[in-house]
Amino acid sequence: MTHSIYAYILVMAVVTYLIRMLPLALAKKEITSPFIRSFLYYVPYACLAAMTFPAILNATEYTVSAVAGFAVAMLAAYREKSLLTVALLACAAVFIAERILTFVI
Amino acid sequence: MNRKESFARGLRDGIPIALGYFAVSFTFGMMAVGDGLRVSDAVLISLTNLTSAGQFAGLSIISAGGSLWEMALTQLVINLRYSLMSFSMSQKFRRDEPGAGRYVAAFGMTDEIFAVSASQQGRVSVFYNYGAMCVAIPGWALGTLAGAVSGNLLPDFMVSALGVAIYGMFLAIIIPPAKKDRTVFLVVLAGMAISALFAVAPVLRRVSSGFVIIITTVVVAGAAAWLRPVSTEEGGTEK
Repeated sequence: MTHSIYAYILVMAVVTYLIRMLPLALAKKEITSPFIRSFLYYVPYACLAAMTFPAILNATEYTVSAVAGFAVAMLAAYREKSLLTVALLACAAVFIAERILTFVI
Repeated sequence: MNRKESFARGLRDGIPIALGYFAVSFTFGMMAVGDGLRVSDAVLISLTNLTSAGQFAGLSIISAGGSLWEMALTQLVINLRYSLMSFSMSQKFRRDEPGAGRYVAAFGMTDEIFAVSASQQGRVSVFYNYGAMCVAIPGWALGTLAGAVSGNLLPDFMVSALGVAIYGMFLAIIIPPAKKDRTVFLVVLAGMAISALFAVAPVLRRVSSGFVIIITTVVVAGAAAWLRPVSTEEGGTEK
């Protein structure tokens, strides 16, 4: 290693914090532009959707079990179950799918 | 909702986050020690950074002995999406609370805490974020510690099953509103479709995952805002 580990950690932490902090520091005022307000209203949905799919398909050991987890999570979310319930049901679906898979293979 | 109630709600919603974090940070801890880091340094990285992709990328730069500029630039590129989230939250936090609280909440602006916080009805108290951070951060740090110490304590099947927890949580946040609002439904569908395109299309595949999220979010939310602006009553931060 050419630098101390703590120099690396400091750079990582400072850059990451500034990225998170600066927009909150700079956009303190209420934004009145209808376009920007609408944009910010849609940001969480677009962002979370993009982060979930297709990444969820690679989140487990087998694609088949990931598809099972995805399907169960979609169904549970559609029925408006709580965050924890949906998360646990998705985990359970992956677990069961993988037990069946190892049995078949 | 007062501060105490907000905090308690945050604690509750932090549970699925901590669960999902544990599996990811466990892997991080395992890899960090595998790359020659001390256990305490691995935990220190998790405690000071709170980011999954950024930490994994940082780890590879540390073990390759890269420059500090390379480290700064890599973190900037991979973590830039957080600035979009913080920008979104800048209009969402309550205005009757001391401004300094936002700088504490900024530290915990992870994908997952942003997800639960942004999905609260109306304005959200920073105390809600504090609550979520109080559960999620220990989950992230303890997962790192467990992975770093044991190396192989957590069986593969558990890592695999817990891997979907965070995505399940994201779906629980975006699907119910998508049922009620057609534009939100289309935003969710377009967000998934475009990021999937980046995963399979020949040239687009080379774009790093951090940028895929930024590009997709800006394009989809921008198009939706242009085509279907929300009125103050139904959306925006006044909801």
